[in-house]
Amino acid sequence: MIDLLFYIFAAITLISALLMVVSPNAVNSAMCMIVSFVATAGMFVLLEAYFLAVIQILVYAGAVMVLFLFIIMLLDVDKETNQILKDKLTLGASIIGFALLVVMICSAFCGNQHLPETTLLPVLENPTGEGIGIPFTTSAKSFGYSLFTKYMLPFQVTGFLLLSAMIGVIVVSKKHKEN
Amino acid sequence: MTVGINAFILVAGLLFAIGLLGVILRKNTLIIYMSLELMLNAVNLALVAFSRYNGTMDGNLFVFFIITVAAAEVAIGLAIIVALFRLRQTVMVDQLTSLSR
Repeated sequence: MIDLLFYIFAAITLISALLMVVSPNAVNSAMCMIVSFVATAGMFVLLEAYFLAVIQILVYAGAVMVLFLFIIMLLDVDKETNQILKDKLTLGASIIGFALLVVMICSAFCGNQHLPETTLLPVLENPTGEGIGIPFTTSAKSFGYSLFTKYMLPFQVTGFLLLSAMIGVIVVSKKHKEN
Repeated sequence: MTVGINAFILVAGLLFAIGLLGVILRKNTLIIYMSLELMLNAVNLALVAFSRYNGTMDGNLFVFFIITVAAAEVAIGLAIIVALFRLRQTVMVDQLTSLSR
């Protein structure tokens, strides 16, 4: 049952990502992207990272894609009128490169020479995450614990990064006064 | 769940390849930028899979930081694209050739 869910989510993710890449309309691309992000959040749920799945839907499929859609509709860029098919060199080169990359990835992770399979650890034995190090738990409490102990400095640096990003956006998008 | 870690990394790798295809193939700066986000998302999926199969929380924390930084980066990048559009009246990369002359 869960395996079937994995195959469904993986298929939705990959197909909508491909549709995003090939669709000539930018708004359609953004919509396919949202579907892809939601299916990825479904795969996060299968990997029992529930907090990250919620964050993925809120931040990526919500905020980030709304920003993208806003900018796409603000700029009102004209459709690429079959520009993908017009540039034969770029089309051929990118398709050949994509095929090579897909062959490389498939030969690395399926077939008989892939990584050794590990056994899945049970997460319900230690629900609060007590013990040495930071064992994998499903609770958001362990997220907060590790953010404020082991990853304290990156957490603070990320806060400053968000502040500087906000200031940078304000500075970049400000209209210059013409003297 | 009997799906192994290789299936997850395979999906992540294919997502990364699709994002790279978008970056190479498209001419619209906004769609190139969305493809970059797709590549980041593929890396996030691989990190969560590693975290789950390794039994530690670190991969999840990394994904948390990556999502935070990606949100900031999207805001900055879109502001830059809007400034570029104001200056050049286009976002197509094959028309932004002022450096090649």
